[in-house]
Formats: sequence, C-alpha cells, structure tokens
Amino acid sequence: MPVDPNKPLEIQKKQYQQMVNRAKPRPPILRNTFWAFIVGGIICAIGQGFLNYFKGLGLSALEAGTASAIVLVFFTALFTGLGVYDEIAKYGGAGTIVPITGFANSMVAPAMEARPEGLVLGVGARLFTIAGPILTFGFTFAWLAAILYYLFT
Amino acid sequence: MAAPKKLGQQTVMFQNPPVIAATATIVGPKEGQGPLAHTFDKVVEDPYYAEKCWEKAERRMLEEVMQTVIKKAVLAPANIDYLLAGDLLNQIISAGFTARSLGIPFIGLYGACATMYEGLALGAILIDGGFADYVVVGASSHYSTAERQYRFPTEQGVQRPPTAQWTVTGAGAALLARTGAGPVVTHATIGKVLDLGQGDPNDFGSAMAPAAADTIVRHLQDTARGPQDFDLFLTGDLGIYGKGLADQLVRERGFDIGNKFADCGTMIYDHQKQDTHAGGSGCACAAVVTCGYLMQQMLTGKIKRVLGVATGALLSPLTTKQGETIPVIAHAVAIEMR
Amino acid sequence: MDFVKAFIFGGLICVAAQLLMDLTSFKVTPAHVLVGLVTTGVVLSALGLYQPFVDFAGAGASIPLTGFGHILAQGAIEGVKKDGLLGAFTGGAAAAAGGITAAVVFGYFAALLFRPKG
Repeated sequence: MPVDPNKPLEIQKKQYQQMVNRAKPRPPILRNTFWAFIVGGIICAIGQGFLNYFKGLGLSALEAGTASAIVLVFFTALFTGLGVYDEIAKYGGAGTIVPITGFANSMVAPAMEARPEGLVLGVGARLFTIAGPILTFGFTFAWLAAILYYLFT
Repeated sequence: MAAPKKLGQQTVMFQNPPVIAATATIVGPKEGQGPLAHTFDKVVEDPYYAEKCWEKAERRMLEEVMQTVIKKAVLAPANIDYLLAGDLLNQIISAGFTARSLGIPFIGLYGACATMYEGLALGAILIDGGFADYVVVGASSHYSTAERQYRFPTEQGVQRPPTAQWTVTGAGAALLARTGAGPVVTHATIGKVLDLGQGDPNDFGSAMAPAAADTIVRHLQDTARGPQDFDLFLTGDLGIYGKGLADQLVRERGFDIGNKFADCGTMIYDHQKQDTHAGGSGCACAAVVTCGYLMQQMLTGKIKRVLGVATGALLSPLTTKQGETIPVIAHAVAIEMR
Repeated sequence: MDFVKAFIFGGLICVAAQLLMDLTSFKVTPAHVLVGLVTTGVVLSALGLYQPFVDFAGAGASIPLTGFGHILAQGAIEGVKKDGLLGAFTGGAAAAAGGITAAVVFGYFAALLFRPKG
C-alpha cells in the first residue's frame, strides 16, 4: 500500500495505522514495572536510611528530609558523572526518574554534555533543560495554592 | 521532447553508467563489535576520536573517509569535481566543515538517513550528464551527537522502547568516476516525500517503511524489472519492524522480494547482545554498510545486481513537539557488477 | 518497618509512572513524568491529602518528586500563614531551597569534573 493516488490519503493512513499496530511490539510492561518498583523502592529505602540518621542527629523532620535529599542529589551527580546512572535507568525506568535522584540526573546529564558550548550558555543554561519546567510548574502551582489559601481563610 | 535519460515517472537511466571506483568506511566502537566489523576499513575505539567533543569526532571521521577514498583511487582533492555530502546535525555542520578543509567544490545535502543514496544518485547524474569526471559522495552520523540533538542527553536515565533504533557512529564515502573498474550505477529513482500519519519519534521504522516500499515499487515499474532481476534489495535503516512492514507493503503491490530483502539497520548490530532494540539507524548506517559490506560482496562477485534504497525521516525535534507527523523519503540506486 | 514502608510506597509511585510511560508508548517523556509528579504533589498537598502519606511512608513519600511538590505547597501555605500575601511568593522556594541549591551546585561541579561517556 504505497500511497495509491486513487484512494483518499486519510483512509490509507487508517489502514496503515492498523498494520503498524499489528506489527509494533509492546514494551515489556511486566518486566518494566517490576524493576521500576524494585529500583524506586530501593532508592526510597536508602532515603529512609539517611532520614533516620539525620533525625538521630537531632534534626527536625523537615530539616532531616532536606538533608537526606541533598545527600541523594550529591550521589546522583556523582553517579551521573561516572556514567553509571543511565545504565541503572535502562532497567530501573521510572524507578530512577521518579525519586529526587531523577530530578538531579535530569539536571546533570544535559549540563555535562554542554561543556563544549561554554560555562554560561552551555553548562549554566542547560542545567535547567528539564529542571526548568519542573520548577516552573512546581512554583506556579504552589503559589496558586497559597493564594487560594490566603483568599479563603 | 521527453528527457532522453528519464524512465517512467521517477527513474533515470544512465547511458554511461558511472563507476564506483573506491569506497572508504570508518566506524565507532559499537559497530566494531558488531557482525559486520570485518567489512569496515577502520574501527575507532574512542567515541571522541581524540577530539574535544562528539561533533568534532564525527567531523574527523567524515574528513578521514573522504581523504581515504580519494587516496584509494590514486587521486588528489584537486582532481575531484564535486563533493556531495551531508549528515544529521543542524545546518549539516559535519559536511560543511569537512568541505572547508578539503577544498573541493561542495554541494551540501540533507536527506536525513537517505543522504548517502541521495548523493550517489546526484553524483551519478552529474557524471553521466557530462558535468564531472570524479565526484566524492559521503555521509556521517554519530550516536552521541544524534541523541543530543534529537532525543535525550546520553547520560540521562531513559528507557528505550523496543522500536527505538541505535544511531550508527561512523562515516562512509564513495568515489564515482566516469570510467574505470568497479561496480557501476545504472539507475536511480528519486523518492517522493510521503507521510502516512506516523508520528512516534521512537519508531522511525514504521514511519519510513511506506517510503521504502513506494520507491522500490516505483523503480520496478519504471524499469519494467522484477524481483528476479536483482540479487539483493538493500534498505538503509528500517530496522526489524520497519523491514517487516516494507516487505508486506511491497508484496501488496504484487512484488515478492522477501527472500532477497536485507536492511543495513538489521545487519550492523547483534540485537541480542548489543542492546540495540530495532537495529541501527543514521546517515552512517546505509553509508558504511553500502561502502563496506555491499562493495565487498560485489567486488568478490557474490552479488551481481542490487537495488539500494535508503530511507530518511525528515523531521526535527521541533516538529515533533509541535505535534506534526513524520514526512519520510526513500531514494533508490541500482548498482551492478559488470 | 519504616524501611519496608518507604520501599513499598516509593516503589508503587514508580510503578504508576512506569505504566504511564509504557501505556502511552513513551509519548510521556521523563520530563513530563517529573513535571506531572511535582504538580500532583502540590495539588494533593494543598488539599491536605499528602501529609498522611508522609507520616505513613516517610521517605517513600518524600523522596519521589511528589514530595518535592508537597514541600513547595506546604512552604507557600506556611508562608501565607506567617507573612500574609508576601509569603505566597517566598515560602515555597524557601522550603525547597536545600534540594534545589544542591542540584544546581552539584550539577555544576559534576559538569565541570566529568566528561560524558556517550
């Protein structure tokens, strides 16, 4: 069914889509979700370890949470730099994206690649390729929530 | 009066078929571990090729194959009439910067992954038209430069779906001559840009299969030839699933090429061991397999006549974000050993 | 026990995100996942629905990026309680400053120190 000038293209597109759907392999969903669960779970459990440790040092729950996030971010930057994080992500999938480590990885990865483009427009700008949208949405919605709270209390 | 060398709707037939006098290839480490490793001139183990960044590495590879192919044909850059080259990077920088150092009149090409065959077709037209004695054609791609530009940073944790393909790191070049020994280019079919509504940037195979099928069928109809006239139909980078779709589409049009159908993208890697999913892709995929494996097969007489068909997806990251589907193209060149 | 709870709860959020990517044939990219999680976290937190998860699962709820949204939302709302309208502008960023600064600084140094393998 290379494009047949006698038939409307829209119908051919539909037919071809059906053909593609039959041929297209599905991602291994069971395997992916299993590893996402394991890897994501492990990262959170490690975070819990740091959380407990910092609480043990006498930090408040909020402070301990921030401190453990900082430690996880540090190790993510290190492992991304060493080229290990993307290898874990091949199996971990969302398990490596969802935790705060995924946020850190999404900052380090584009930045280190942009080194040849200079420190300002390369590294400096590209740190925020994906972090930018996250902060945009996070800040905006938190601000909205606070404004609504202000108006209705 | 009809154009004397035009055949049918989209095909040209060369009166004095240009000769592929020499070819040269260079590939990166992953390709060097693949099943076609022995067919390449050089395997570079360092993806940076001792340069500061990947873009420069790709450029160096392209420049090196250009120089090698000219040397192999015992010529000098001053003997070459035109340099036809292209790559995947914005503003085809690999080709443009390579031309800067070679000093050969340059025509930059962009046909995405079909660039090598676009070049072979145009080069043959230039020579048979009497406009050139020697034309060098080349194309390059690099896994990391392509990932950076089209998808994600290489160190970012991302899972690749089963239909994703792996961009070949490397460069290939061919030297076309008016006379000499070697395989000759007899016909070329310039493809039309099609779009059958596929928009998944992780599945170029499904997007490009209709273009490959359309150009193959068009070539066979224009030349009044059939599958029996060829030893091999070699597509550029349809990958496993795209190849299956193209095979089916050609069959629906009444031609059975199944047992003679091969795809560079499915040949260059070992999919089980190398984690390349649906196969290889990129300008270099068709270029290095054609200039390496295919030329060896032809020069040793194992393949007499081949229809090479390289496909290209003419999208950019911008169009994908804007929700456009993927326009695709395929160019075919018939090569035979006389 | 808190480790098990963190493991299971955190793991389940990852499973949800994985399904989201797999079932949309990867039209949902990691960037979309992260943005979606932050926004979800902010909304749930503002409605008072996220704090119970944090109390129950600890790091299992605070380490996923929904937890980042939770911190932003709580910070902004606390800011309003303390400083009025101005707090809506300062509270969120102040509460999340630690993680953001760490990611920027460590990211910057990692980019200087390491060369991507490709």
